Amino acid sequence: MQLNELTREGARVMTVCNACRYCEQYCPAFQAMEQRVTFASADLNYLANLCHACGECLYACQYAPPHELAINVPKTFAQLRVQSYEQYAWPAALGAAFRRQGVMTALLLAGVMIALLLGTALALNRDALLETGTAADFYAVIPHGVMVALFGGIGLFVLVALAVGAARCVRDQRTMNATAAHGERGGTPAALRDALTLKHLHVAGRDCTTGLEVRTPWRRWLHHATFYGFTLCFVSTCVATLYHFAGTPAPYAYSSAPVLLGTAGGIALFIGTAGALLHRSARDAALSDAAQDNLDRSFLVLLLLTAATGLLLLALRHERAMGLLLVVHLGVVLALFVTLPYGKLVHGLYRAIALLRYRREPDRARAKEAP
Amino acid sequence: MSESGVHYDVVVIGGGNAGLAAALTARRAGARVLVLERAPRELRGGNSRHTRNLRCAHAAPTDILTDAYPDEELLADLERVNEGETDELLAALVAARSAQCVSWMAAFGARFQTALRGTLQLARTNAFFLGGGTALMNSYYAAAAKLGIDVRYDAEVVELVLRDGRFESVTLQSNRAPFAVRANAAVVAAGGFEANLDWLRDAWGDAASNFLIRGTPYNTGTMLRALLDAGAAPIGDPRECHAVAIDGRAPKFDGGIVTRLDCVPLGIVVDRNGERFYDEGEDVWPKRYAIWGKLVANRPGQIAYAIFDAKVRRLFMPSAYPAIEASSIRGLAAQLQLPVEPLEATVAAFNGAVQPGSFDHTALDDCRTAGLSPEKTHWAQQLDTPPYAAYPLRPGITFTYLSVRVDSEARVLATNGVPFENVYAAGEIMAGNVLRKGYIAGIGMTIGTVFGRIAGESAARHATK
Repeated sequence: MQLNELTREGARVMTVCNACRYCEQYCPAFQAMEQRVTFASADLNYLANLCHACGECLYACQYAPPHELAINVPKTFAQLRVQSYEQYAWPAALGAAFRRQGVMTALLLAGVMIALLLGTALALNRDALLETGTAADFYAVIPHGVMVALFGGIGLFVLVALAVGAARCVRDQRTMNATAAHGERGGTPAALRDALTLKHLHVAGRDCTTGLEVRTPWRRWLHHATFYGFTLCFVSTCVATLYHFAGTPAPYAYSSAPVLLGTAGGIALFIGTAGALLHRSARDAALSDAAQDNLDRSFLVLLLLTAATGLLLLALRHERAMGLLLVVHLGVVLALFVTLPYGKLVHGLYRAIALLRYRREPDRARAKEAP
Repeated sequence: MSESGVHYDVVVIGGGNAGLAAALTARRAGARVLVLERAPRELRGGNSRHTRNLRCAHAAPTDILTDAYPDEELLADLERVNEGETDELLAALVAARSAQCVSWMAAFGARFQTALRGTLQLARTNAFFLGGGTALMNSYYAAAAKLGIDVRYDAEVVELVLRDGRFESVTLQSNRAPFAVRANAAVVAAGGFEANLDWLRDAWGDAASNFLIRGTPYNTGTMLRALLDAGAAPIGDPRECHAVAIDGRAPKFDGGIVTRLDCVPLGIVVDRNGERFYDEGEDVWPKRYAIWGKLVANRPGQIAYAIFDAKVRRLFMPSAYPAIEASSIRGLAAQLQLPVEPLEATVAAFNGAVQPGSFDHTALDDCRTAGLSPEKTHWAQQLDTPPYAAYPLRPGITFTYLSVRVDSEARVLATNGVPFENVYAAGEIMAGNVLRKGYIAGIGMTIGTVFGRIAGESAARHATK
């Protein structure tokens, strides 16, 4: 759908919803909608990013297809979210990546990264790559300096790209039609809690939907496993970095903090992503949109491969295959890193910003809401 | 004509709130139940899919209802809108049993909104379904499936076969030959005839062609007619319908809630000749919206236009359609294809007649006109702040009053006052016993739930004994 056409459709859908309001107690997206009379692009971006795609409002809708008004809020919001990712992307030229990826592009990118690393390792340490002993010395395969330069450099780029995206999102919010006063403060702890607990995914005390009258906790738990697993892996890397500069270089014992954190994180990430891939293929297709689906799958596949190759590497780090496994794992992680600002990861960023804004929008009723 | 192999205890005709309440109750009582729903699955639930709440008495505040609403008060409210013309016994039954509705519904998966948010002015008297009536229907159908109730969609009943006052079978339309389904008892919960334009024309003449139907297109009154033809006693004015003024751009059917307009008291309303015809500010909108359908139905072309200016733009719930705007009354007339001079004259006369006062849209304020015919008695402010805006209005039919008479066991009564042996009615098709005129919010769902349960219980008792 064309950009403007989608914005027009979003405004049409929200205008119908705003005249109905039956869904107002499902989630903040509808409560925020009620603060508005007209819907500009920025308002739609905000509302769409507040939506956790729980699906309740599609099944409850008296205007859902085949009704001639053809209202499908989860789908429309999914499309608007992808559009907002594209709009906030930096550099803008890479925004198109949001619409042009899927499992195949993710695998292809991982393949390219693996090939590049393989070439590097072959050029630098041919023997170490193929003849690794039992020392589990990763740096003999890819030198520490190379790893730091590569991941540090890309990591820095990722941070800048995400920061610019966040700034663009916040700036976009300032052009909204709502009457909320600018410069409102507070609400940060509450918004953070909303985000970290996925509060609005289990609306009104029930789990989110997989289909008509099918509600399961799986989507929430799999998301938690994925997010917290990813976080543990990240913390593990940070701790290892500290160890390194504190004069204790890798490899670390199985009982060490980096390995324990990384193992727990890797297992959670594996379960979360594998489960999410399975679960989403069982979910009612009417709730989603093709572009959003592709984003989800490519991100999940890269995370899944990261977890799987990482765990395998740990298990076989004293074996001959270690060198190749390390290259594969790092290649996958590189592909994941490179795509972070242009993939599904950004949903967390923009949703958190939307949740913060929601906590700051004036609404007398919300003041009475339980924290 | 072929026959379906299965013989049911209870067949329920109509898959809305009343039908499902009857089906669930009968099934719980041990009956084998079939529900025949005329709509496809996606549009199931009759007019219940457009509802939002149900009126229920309660003695103390709950998490979904504020304060208290004694059943005597509910009964008094019912008698007031009916101007005393209700079946006392049945109305009292509805009021008394209304208190049990919420917990009964919740047992079948219904969820309700909390009474937290201030937007619900009816939170004392009405329980709001979380997500509205369609969500409620989803819960009911899921519960029905779990309990082993058979449901047939796209099931149009074309004939009700009765012999000597005894129900034998229904005849279903199908792609091939019509076929019969037999059952020991029938619950008819098939709604009124508001979607039957020919029938409406009988009462309203050609004007009915311009009516919009706010609810399901499947309520064509086939079952109401069948029961009346079989000798059921009618009750309720056969010409009466509940008609409100809705956005003239609404779909012909099924427009539901989003077509409503609350802006009438804030501006003026003119007909297609550009002339005012009724006091827009007679009373607060919840007490007046139901007369405007007929007011508009009686204007030429069954169309009118609510006109207001920028001052009041944000004081009412927006409609699903954008207001038609112009920077001048002349420009607005052009956009609405109204005669320019008469409209300008109407607005000028109105503006000239507005008396000083302090405007307050939340109360019966003292802003009125003097020397106009008709006057506007509240909220009269000059139309002087562009952009001027308008909504076209057409009559939107919500439901019809003509019903079949029932007794307190929901048995359909024949014209001689004797009940049919095994035919029961629930919901809109018998609501006229309780509601002869007017409406109070949520009472249709209360009647449907109370009588659905009674009908289901009576039918199961009869069918399984």
